[in-house]
Amino acid sequence: MSKIFTKRLMKELLDLKHNPPAGVVLEDVNDLKCWKINIIGAKDTLYDGEIFTLQFTFSNNYPIDSPEVVFINHIPVHPHFYSNGHICLSILYDHWSPALTVSSVCLSIISMLSSCTKKVHPIDNDRYVMMAKANPKLTTWEFSDDTV
Amino acid sequence: MSDIDFDEGDDDFLYDESGEDYLDESGEDYLDELDFTEIIQEKQERKKYEVEYKVYSIEEIEDFQNKEIEHVANIIGCFKEHAATLLRHFKWNKERLIELYMDRTEEVTKEAGVIVDAQKLPKLIKVEDFCCDICCDSGDDIESLALSCGHRFCKDCYSQYLTQKIKVEGECRNIQCPSDACNIIVDENTIKMLVSEDTYHRYTSLLIRTYVDDNIFLHWCPAPNCEYAVECKIHDSDLQRLVPTVKCKCGHQFCFGCGLPDHQPCICSLVAKWLNKCRDDSETANWISVNTKECPKCKASIEKNGGCNHMTCKKCKNEFCWVCMGPWSEHGNQWYTCNRFEEKTSVDARDSQSRSRAKLERYLHYYNRYANHEQSAKLDTELYEKTERKMERMQKSSELSWIEVQFLKEAVETVVQCRNTLKWTYSFAFYLQKDNQTTLFEDNQRDLEMAVEQLSELLEEEIKPNRIAELKQRVVDKSIYVKHRREILLEDTAQGLKESRWVFIDP
Ligand SMILES: [Zn+2]
Ligand SMILES: [Zn+2]
Ligand SMILES: [Zn+2]
Ligand SMILES: [Zn+2]
Ligand SMILES: [Zn+2]
Ligand SMILES: [Zn+2]
Repeated sequence: MSKIFTKRLMKELLDLKHNPPAGVVLEDVNDLKCWKINIIGAKDTLYDGEIFTLQFTFSNNYPIDSPEVVFINHIPVHPHFYSNGHICLSILYDHWSPALTVSSVCLSIISMLSSCTKKVHPIDNDRYVMMAKANPKLTTWEFSDDTV
Repeated sequence: MSDIDFDEGDDDFLYDESGEDYLDESGEDYLDELDFTEIIQEKQERKKYEVEYKVYSIEEIEDFQNKEIEHVANIIGCFKEHAATLLRHFKWNKERLIELYMDRTEEVTKEAGVIVDAQKLPKLIKVEDFCCDICCDSGDDIESLALSCGHRFCKDCYSQYLTQKIKVEGECRNIQCPSDACNIIVDENTIKMLVSEDTYHRYTSLLIRTYVDDNIFLHWCPAPNCEYAVECKIHDSDLQRLVPTVKCKCGHQFCFGCGLPDHQPCICSLVAKWLNKCRDDSETANWISVNTKECPKCKASIEKNGGCNHMTCKKCKNEFCWVCMGPWSEHGNQWYTCNRFEEKTSVDARDSQSRSRAKLERYLHYYNRYANHEQSAKLDTELYEKTERKMERMQKSSELSWIEVQFLKEAVETVVQCRNTLKWTYSFAFYLQKDNQTTLFEDNQRDLEMAVEQLSELLEEEIKPNRIAELKQRVVDKSIYVKHRREILLEDTAQGLKESRWVFIDP
């Protein structure tokens, strides 16, 4: 019964190209199933002007399944971002809804950057990075505090 | 020839075993008093080591749930689907649900993810200019559905979403509207409408599973492929004072407290400790696989091929005990202590080396007897199976009927059950502090053990068709005695647990 959601991905792609939200720039789409998107730290925040790259990987079952989202290359120092690029954000895992979009995920991540008051790694960073699999969706996440 | 009790015990409700006789006396008036008499009877019939419990089939659980749902729907005045969501949210605590609902309706329904005053149940319709936010298909002739929150998605996306939740994520009572941050629960009716029959079946069985898992007084029977659940009103804190053995309708007898097979009379916490210890000392466990030992007198090699531990050397006719290798003639005497561990006086246990040797010796004493009963029960069963095949052959050639040899099967079952009890008495005794109470316990243990060995020995006797009635009489009599000894041991141990009479040590 499974249908592949090409129409949905195409629509999201066009929206991002023509009317991207503030601070979100489509960087590279070689493959409809793997996008690279730059996000820019908002003015007057700890990450003002810094540019980070997010990589979105979509399964055939997107958007029923959440996308796999990680930071690549330069990873922001932040209490909810692990130094291997994994992001502790509930909507990417347990609280994903198929009505969420790439844009809404990017905006959530920008808002996590904006509300940060101290550039530190997560407390359990070293242990997590050592143990974690490449795909963050294989981690069992415990969401202590999504507001930071 | 005495009658054989053919009660196979399909109804194993402890409180159901009474009563039948009263019906014979008949008379309408008498029937009115039946309930009361039965209640009295129940109390007397339940033995000290037994607990009250009930076995439910999935259908019975579903019936019960439907009644509760209907009741709540009537009180609140809402759809049954919504009453079901509310009940599941409150983990079927109906009283609390109704109380809180009356108190603060809005808060309660919001938390549970229901809109109770909804006028209609969700259904598939076609909406003009519809565009599905999930697949981005649009048009006038797309079938779509919205829950009472109004978030509308197309049929295909909805069913794919639900199938993913049920089949991949194993969710059931918490499946929410696909819209972001909307917590309205997808009701059972909607799910039935949108997913395949197979997925719906999975969904309902997940609901039942969660129901049983949520209820601390309900446990699934741990037997493979068994679908019965057992209800027993036992709290964790009770487990220090009783052993809640229950018997499922499938025949599996297990402990409600820890889920392991029946381990009367040993309490759960000691069973767990003991099994851990046996696992850690596994190298000492290897001895039991040995079924050959030397006769203590003439050193001839002797093979054990039945459960009975009373051995007779074929060569020198020496009779000895397989467990302690001591002379059998002394085992019936009050002063002989095959089961009791004689602590050596502490004089020679001063240095740590001899202390640890003494500790190991003590452990081995109990472990050997524990493991030996386990092994013997297996051998008893194997021997019986051999006998059964032999009897089948005999039946063909003689007058013997199937019914006439049933007593052997029942006797083997008794032996196996008693060996299981004996096995756990050794684990229990390992943790018992030595005092007057323990002596009493060990006396009961010895008496049961001797009786079991005698019955086990009878089962090894050769069966001659012309003497079968006589053998049967002896086996039946001995079985009754063995059961009686087991009762005494279990009753006294259970009583002791209730009274906190037993003092446990950490050897
Ligand atoms: Zn759709
Ligand atoms: Zn909704
Ligand atoms: Zn069962
Ligand atoms: Zn137990
Ligand atoms: Zn011998
Ligand atoms: Zn012995």
